[in-house]
Amino acid sequence: MTATALGMPQVRHGVGNIFEHEPFPEYAKRELKNEQLRANLGFATHKIRTKRDAVTSELPDWQDLRTAGSMIKQQVMANLDTYLEEFERNFTAKGGHVHWARDAHEANEIALKLIQAEGVTEVNKIKSMATAETGLNEYLEEFGIHAIETDLAEEIVQLGDNDRPSHILVPAIHRNRTEIRDIFRRKIEGVNPNLSDDPAELAEASRFRLREKFLTNKVAISGVNFGIADTGTMTIVESEGNGRMCLTLPDTLITFMGVEKLLPTVQDLEVFTQLLPRSSTGERMNPYTSMWTGVTPGDGPQNLHVILMDNGRTAVLADQVGRQALNCIRCSACMNVCPVYERAGGHAYGSTYPGPIGAILSPQLGGIENEHNATLPFASSLCGACYDACPVKINIPDVLVHLRGKAVDAEKAQGEFAGGKKDPHYQMDAIMFGAKKLFSSGKLMGLATKGLPVSKLVTGKKHKISKLPGLVGGWTDYRDIPEPPSTSFRNQWKKERGAAPKRVGGSRVDVAALMEANKTKVAEAHAKAEAANPIIKEAQ
Amino acid sequence: MTDAKSEILGRIRASLWDSPQPAEPVRTYRRVSDKGQEEIIEILVDRLIDYKANVYHETAETIAGRIDELLAKASRYVVPAGLDAAWLPEDTASRSAVTDSGNADKPGALSVRELDAVDAVVTSSTVSCAETGTIALNSNPAEGRRAITLVPDHHICVVPVETIVELIPETVARLDIEKPITWISGPSATSDIELIRVEGVHGPRTLDVIILK
Repeated sequence: MTATALGMPQVRHGVGNIFEHEPFPEYAKRELKNEQLRANLGFATHKIRTKRDAVTSELPDWQDLRTAGSMIKQQVMANLDTYLEEFERNFTAKGGHVHWARDAHEANEIALKLIQAEGVTEVNKIKSMATAETGLNEYLEEFGIHAIETDLAEEIVQLGDNDRPSHILVPAIHRNRTEIRDIFRRKIEGVNPNLSDDPAELAEASRFRLREKFLTNKVAISGVNFGIADTGTMTIVESEGNGRMCLTLPDTLITFMGVEKLLPTVQDLEVFTQLLPRSSTGERMNPYTSMWTGVTPGDGPQNLHVILMDNGRTAVLADQVGRQALNCIRCSACMNVCPVYERAGGHAYGSTYPGPIGAILSPQLGGIENEHNATLPFASSLCGACYDACPVKINIPDVLVHLRGKAVDAEKAQGEFAGGKKDPHYQMDAIMFGAKKLFSSGKLMGLATKGLPVSKLVTGKKHKISKLPGLVGGWTDYRDIPEPPSTSFRNQWKKERGAAPKRVGGSRVDVAALMEANKTKVAEAHAKAEAANPIIKEAQ
Repeated sequence: MTDAKSEILGRIRASLWDSPQPAEPVRTYRRVSDKGQEEIIEILVDRLIDYKANVYHETAETIAGRIDELLAKASRYVVPAGLDAAWLPEDTASRSAVTDSGNADKPGALSVRELDAVDAVVTSSTVSCAETGTIALNSNPAEGRRAITLVPDHHICVVPVETIVELIPETVARLDIEKPITWISGPSATSDIELIRVEGVHGPRTLDVIILK
């Protein structure tokens, strides 16, 4: 864990799978060559996006729900300590056990001890972002405990050796049905060797494999969608029924929960159970939603644990602009509308959290100065589609710009050139200083545009600029700049319309005098309109 | 060294250095339906069919006949202890209802293996939301514990008309949060392979809904 003091207060960043391991542009460039991935992602993002548009536009109060959702989450973050203690009290009062974990390592260790106490070597798992973030499966494997992923897509990824999820909602979208059939034929014991690639048959094969695990394994691990502070209730949404199996049949349930996952009251579920499925899968409601409040004698796990995990979330909370990233409900709507994600794919972001939300979450959770997290806020065209799609109105473009500033500051402080004259930031600062001078003075601007005809000398016979020097050369690596016009707009305007009367610095237009002068003109216009249209007169 | 809880709470308080004071949430979304009962039922049916559930309209006189037909060749099916026996067809030589006591720790509860071996389950339900096509089970005596509606492959679920509401806020208001809750919106489904929707993975693959007048 690293401690940084980039201003007040000192924050503790997280560990685990929250880092970009190589600069995003390099990773993305490689991923762009994977045509299968691009085709699948393009198909998936467009299809989910269309469904989402349909089910969100059929609600007359969708914007009211977004507003309520955003405001509720802001309340949660502003009073997070109070709500966490309230949640702990209620969860404990109803027979559950609460554990606190400062980071991903500590969360994994707690889970391991709880599993070892049950004396089992295999546990069932519900798809969970939190345990992907902590790298729980790999950690347990080191201690001889096999974590069985029971969500179909996670199962495909897990059985597909060294594979990683590429989308948080449909993690195996980078695989096509033939690949999945081959993985199942190879990895599922006792499966029909002539298994076809029909999705229904593949789902049946998964049912066959996992049914025995569900009926046998005594421990399950989950994440959680919403924890309710005033009752201690937990909520999980899912589609396949594997979640219900894990939440109902085992003796012990261990739930990983980021500290930001709370909602204040049960009533708040009426907002979030509308926002989440419509934004996520584009369904009016997901097939199954489970809610449980502590231990129920004779129904479901009697041994309930929740691990409340920080892992960098408090570092996110310390940033006034960036803390809204904690409002995220992991729906993936921002990914499905993002032009960068659609082409680069989820792997290029390195972290468990891909896409626009990942670009603002990973650098804040893990620290912008660590690994290549500083490249993530630049993985965006700032088009703003993610903001429009976000069900809790996280202003992702705003946070991206804010983090770009932080990335530059971090680089200046610790970069290779460390602020010297060869530092690209030094060049950029110099360019920006020049631009500021130029644009704020009409005289200088006029002087600069006089130089335009000279640019013909630079563009040569091809009438374009193909190579610029220094820092700005990055622009011309991939593009040509067309030849500048021989005269500027300023000069053309002057020529056509004549010079504007010289404005005296500080002089203002007298609005009141202008209105007085035009008063009679307004009355005349009204009279004219009335004369032309008798209906206006009658209405009066 | 402080314990993890005090340390995390301390970090949170330090992170809220600017004491943010966000406004109280405004709830301008729809919280009460303005539609009539007939229209609300129509919406529910439309949504259920959209999710590939089968929907039937029955009365106290016709329900047993319908359940008889839906059970078809089933030989053993499970019912919760509090289910209205008048809804069920007579047992025959080849088919019988098995009652689950509702508490896995007490006698009269089926084991998971036994549940895996029955062909179907028949239950009632607490409240249904028309706008989303969602049926809520709330562990009431006519719904039973969670495992009985999960392990069998065929769920026949009775929705009494007076339990149908239009909106999610109306649904949440009718639930007892202290008891386990399961919301069901169509049969178990997945779209994980090439986004092709397949009905039926781990939960019941057939969902029959009987709207009871």
